This record gives sequence, C-alpha cells and structure tokens, in this order.
Amino acid sequence: MSELRGVVVGHGSVAQALVEAAEEISGLRGVLVPVSNTGCDRGALEARVAAAVGEGAAVVFVDLAAGSCLLAVLRRLRDREDVRIVTGVNLAMLVDFLFHRTLPPAEAAAHAATSGGSAIKVP
Amino acid sequence: MPLLLCRVDDRLIHGQVVLGWGRPLGLERIVLVDDEVAANAWEQELYRMAVPDSIDVVFATVEAAGPQLGAWHADRRRTALLTGGIEEMASLHAADHDVVHRINLGGIHHQPGRSERLPYLYLTDGELAFLRRLAADGAEIIAQDVPTAPRVGVDALR
Repeated sequence: MSELRGVVVGHGSVAQALVEAAEEISGLRGVLVPVSNTGCDRGALEARVAAAVGEGAAVVFVDLAAGSCLLAVLRRLRDREDVRIVTGVNLAMLVDFLFHRTLPPAEAAAHAATSGGSAIKVP
Repeated sequence: MPLLLCRVDDRLIHGQVVLGWGRPLGLERIVLVDDEVAANAWEQELYRMAVPDSIDVVFATVEAAGPQLGAWHADRRRTALLTGGIEEMASLHAADHDVVHRINLGGIHHQPGRSERLPYLYLTDGELAFLRRLAADGAEIIAQDVPTAPRVGVDALR
C-alpha cells in the first residue's frame, strides 16, 4: 500500500517549525511538507497548498480551525475524496501521523486528531 | 462613528481583522463586500466560522453595498467594512465619500507586476498612483496591518 503524504499549513513559520520538530522526533524526513501563508493572497496560498498536496492521497493539517489557511485548503481540496483535513495541528498529532501513513486518509486523519487531542492537558 | 474601519485586505476575514482589529475596536459587525463571496453561501459559512458569535457578518456585492453605506454608518453597531481589493474600496468611496473617508490598506500581497512597498503591501506603480489620486481627492489612505504597527501614509510609500 502506498503511504500518505502529509501537508502542514499554517501562519508564518508555524508549519516549518512543526515539521522540523516532528522529523527530529520521528527520524522520518521528507514526508511532511510545510506551507506558510506568509506573503500570500488567497490565490497564491491556494496554489501553494495544491502544489504541496499534489495528486496522491494525503492528510492536510491546518493550524487554526478558521481563517485564511483553512479557507485556502477547503477551497482547493474540499472535493478531493483522497484528502482529509485536520485542524488545530500540534506536534503529537504529526508524530502520530508519521507512523500511521499506511492507513486510508480518513482513518489516518481521525487517528492523528485523537492523538493530538489527547496531548492537550492541564497537568 | 459606527463604521470604524474601512479596510482593504486580500485575505478578507482572517485573524488580523477579527482579533488584531476586532478586539481593540470592539467590533460588533463586519461587512464583507466581495462579489464572489456574496454569491457563494458555502464560502460565507466558512468566513462566519472565523468570527466569534459576538460579531455579526454581513455579505454584499459592491453594487449592493454602495446604497447601504449610510445605513451601516448610522447603525449603532461598531462595524468594519472590508474589501479584497483597492478598486472595490474606491467604488465604495465614490458611492459615499463621507462614510468611506479613511481607507486602511491592511494586506495586499504579491502578484506579478507588484513591488513591495511594505512587508504586507505590494502595489503596482499604477495602483500606487491610483491611491495617490484618491488621496488627492480627499480620501485619507493609511497603510497599517494591525493597530500596533506604524501608520504609513500613502505619500510615504515608495
């Protein structure tokens, strides 16, 4: 089975930093693709997202559950059956995804979302 | 002064608008004037997702917005008027230059032919000249992405 691509879309340098940290923790490099909204209008950001996702199955992680990044992702990808979107990306979520890339997109997305949510605590 | 902000921002409703300006201005309503969004209920719902329940969002075409400017301004709700481009805001200024008098350039990003004037403001020479003509005609045009950033008058843009 082919493995899923992961794309992280965020404001400023959030995506780049999260991808670097996830790669450092997992040792898996080149799987996650960061996309920043810096310097983009809506059309340019959509183009960046589309280029990062490409043609294959993927899970797209977005930093906020609203705003320009999510809007660009939804506008460009909402009709793709082989792409799933998860908002509120965090490091735990990405690391989980890196080790579950053989799952179907919907399952990998749900698994990552659960893992990311479980990582939020007030100790 | 219920119409507190007339902003050009090609990302339309996003964090800088809702939080950066919304909180200090105490916004109660955002009027988004965009022909494409006004015709698309699905996109309208997406933009509403970006806004807390305490802020009402109104969508309008440029044509429909012009005659309503006075009513929006007379309304007591603290309101921001938003367009994605300079031309749309200039049309609203032309429709009611008393209401749309101060124009905020909040985010105009790179496209072919545009040059960086500020990190969040890219303009062609033609767009800059157009803005200067608007200013000469009486509009107050200020570039400022968030309230804590310096205000830059259109005459200072190079």
